[in-house]
Amino acid sequence: MSELRAHLLDWHEAGQRLVPPWWSRVLAGSLIAVAAVLPLFFPPSSGFINATIIAVGYAVMALGLNVVVGFAGLLDLGYVAFYALGAYSLGWFGSGFFFKARVHFLVSPVTRTLPGIHLNFIVILIAAAIICAAAGMLIGLPTLRLRGDYIAIVTLAFGEIIGVIAVNGQSVHVGDGMTLTAGNLGISAVDQPYFPGIGSFNLLDLRPWYWLILGIMLVVLFINLRLRNSRLGRAWVALREDETAAVSMGIPLVRTKLLAYSIGAAFGGLSGAFFGTYYTEVNAGQFQFGFSIFILSMVIIGGLGSIWGAIAGGLVLGFINNYLIPDVLNDLPGKFGLNFQLTQVEFGIFGFLLVIMMLLRPQGLIPERRRRLELTARIPAEDAQLADVPDAAQGAT
Amino acid sequence: MSPAGAQAPPTAAVLRAEHVTKNFGGLSAVKDVSIEIPQYAIVSLIGPNGAGKTTLFNMLTGLCRPTQGTILLGGRDITRARPDRITGFGVARTFQNIRLFGAMTATENVMIGHHVRMRSGLWGSILQPPRVRREERETRARARELLAYVGLPEAAAAQLASQLSYGDQRRVEIARALASEPTVLLLDEPTAGMNPYESQRLTEFMHKLRDELKLTILLIEHDMKVVMGVSERVTVLDHGEKIAEGRPAEVRSEPHVIEAYLGRQD
Repeated sequence: MSELRAHLLDWHEAGQRLVPPWWSRVLAGSLIAVAAVLPLFFPPSSGFINATIIAVGYAVMALGLNVVVGFAGLLDLGYVAFYALGAYSLGWFGSGFFFKARVHFLVSPVTRTLPGIHLNFIVILIAAAIICAAAGMLIGLPTLRLRGDYIAIVTLAFGEIIGVIAVNGQSVHVGDGMTLTAGNLGISAVDQPYFPGIGSFNLLDLRPWYWLILGIMLVVLFINLRLRNSRLGRAWVALREDETAAVSMGIPLVRTKLLAYSIGAAFGGLSGAFFGTYYTEVNAGQFQFGFSIFILSMVIIGGLGSIWGAIAGGLVLGFINNYLIPDVLNDLPGKFGLNFQLTQVEFGIFGFLLVIMMLLRPQGLIPERRRRLELTARIPAEDAQLADVPDAAQGAT
Repeated sequence: MSPAGAQAPPTAAVLRAEHVTKNFGGLSAVKDVSIEIPQYAIVSLIGPNGAGKTTLFNMLTGLCRPTQGTILLGGRDITRARPDRITGFGVARTFQNIRLFGAMTATENVMIGHHVRMRSGLWGSILQPPRVRREERETRARARELLAYVGLPEAAAAQLASQLSYGDQRRVEIARALASEPTVLLLDEPTAGMNPYESQRLTEFMHKLRDELKLTILLIEHDMKVVMGVSERVTVLDHGEKIAEGRPAEVRSEPHVIEAYLGRQD
């Protein structure tokens, strides 16, 4: 691997010489501008736009999970729980599911006549964020005294618990014949986002949906960037690097960890609420353990701890999952005379990609600044003799 | 440098442990130890390996709680306080095996030390009003100053801590401890791995810290030359018990201290 590392070093230095330091800001700005006008070049309900919307939604979740796993170093294998809670927030507060209630707030004239709780989508987003942040703290509490793998096990269990509650929630009665969830039947006929002056969204024109999720992603991105270079962001990295040293330097363990969990969860909730309305139903079958791993793969492929990496990972895996495999390459095996479709082996494909990625570029697509420094910084002269055994040491850092 | 013994009797104790005991299962790491650190004093804690010195340090900084006994800082009982609160009260420490945050730069490491004196919370971090930006700027500048104060080369401030040389890592660790604006500084084997010249420099630096920053210093030390040169008082632990206490010259000649270090002469 040391040869490869040397190559990476060379590329990096060549890159540094070619581009001035402010290039990343310009690049980010132009990427966002391109993203904003992108749907104008496609038919309003094309498969590509659909895939892009889902990919951006994934990117939001990857950004959320990156706060927990990447910044704070808490391996969370139950992130699907927050997707579920976000989606159910939408199901509860934006459909006729609680049919005995009649609550309406800033919804379209048609919706105003329907039974159930119908809140404006922005209100639902806020509710989803709050519910998920609270749930994030709840999952954080039992893991406070744990480290490493044990955190992963507890969070995994939490994800499964939420999944099981979602399935069995139709037997949980909350009064007047209403239940907590609709289980595998799904809460259907959920409201579509409505904004006074813009009107209701519909699935014939996907562009407003796209701008909505892009807006959500930009807000989440902004918060991420701000947090990374703040007192709180530093505290997360310190906890990740050495918990004992961090607490004895004055980092409050409980508050700092719980904030990481709840902020990450809140972002997952935003995305979950969006997917709830975009998929037009909230079905317990969506919230499988495999989805937690899927999101985690995005974070790792993008570059653990890297904000732009999380977005890249979310977009790449989102596109592969929702566009490349089903729409573009699905018949590929058939053309070679093989009797299966690519969608049947998609998890195999992701596994293969992950292995390739770990072998060729373990630091991810867009590595975090710190990881990049670790790879490129020169070893001090005094330690030159030690530099001959770097592989083990690099792995440990 | 005046000889340590000639100092006037120091004033009131800032940090005091009263009859502290720490049991790990059936093993008593520290047994009924009382220790007083007078204000502006430099006190050494010595003893063979496994004597319970680091355990006592951990109890003083809140990393582990005493099974029995009380720890007082000023007049305040900190026996059961959280480590981050104790840092806030003014106790900072370094570690025997350097524990810097390897993936952070030297400057960032020192900024972590200042965390406890900063105020911005979650919303401040997100919205970054001028107050928060100013705080951040000042913390960064202060961190740079402290790094210069402990003698870190300027170019090293932006390097990752894991890539600094051993001596520089020791310096950064002291700067990080100083960034929390402590009144008491606990140094766990600060001269480990240093040559005699560097140890001598560090001895002088400890006096400088005490005089310029008005610090009270407790250190664990194995190098007798450093102990004799720097400390006004010495406490000796062996098998978790305090076996001697007093001025360095007195302690050095105590028979059971020699016995603890060199074994019994038959």
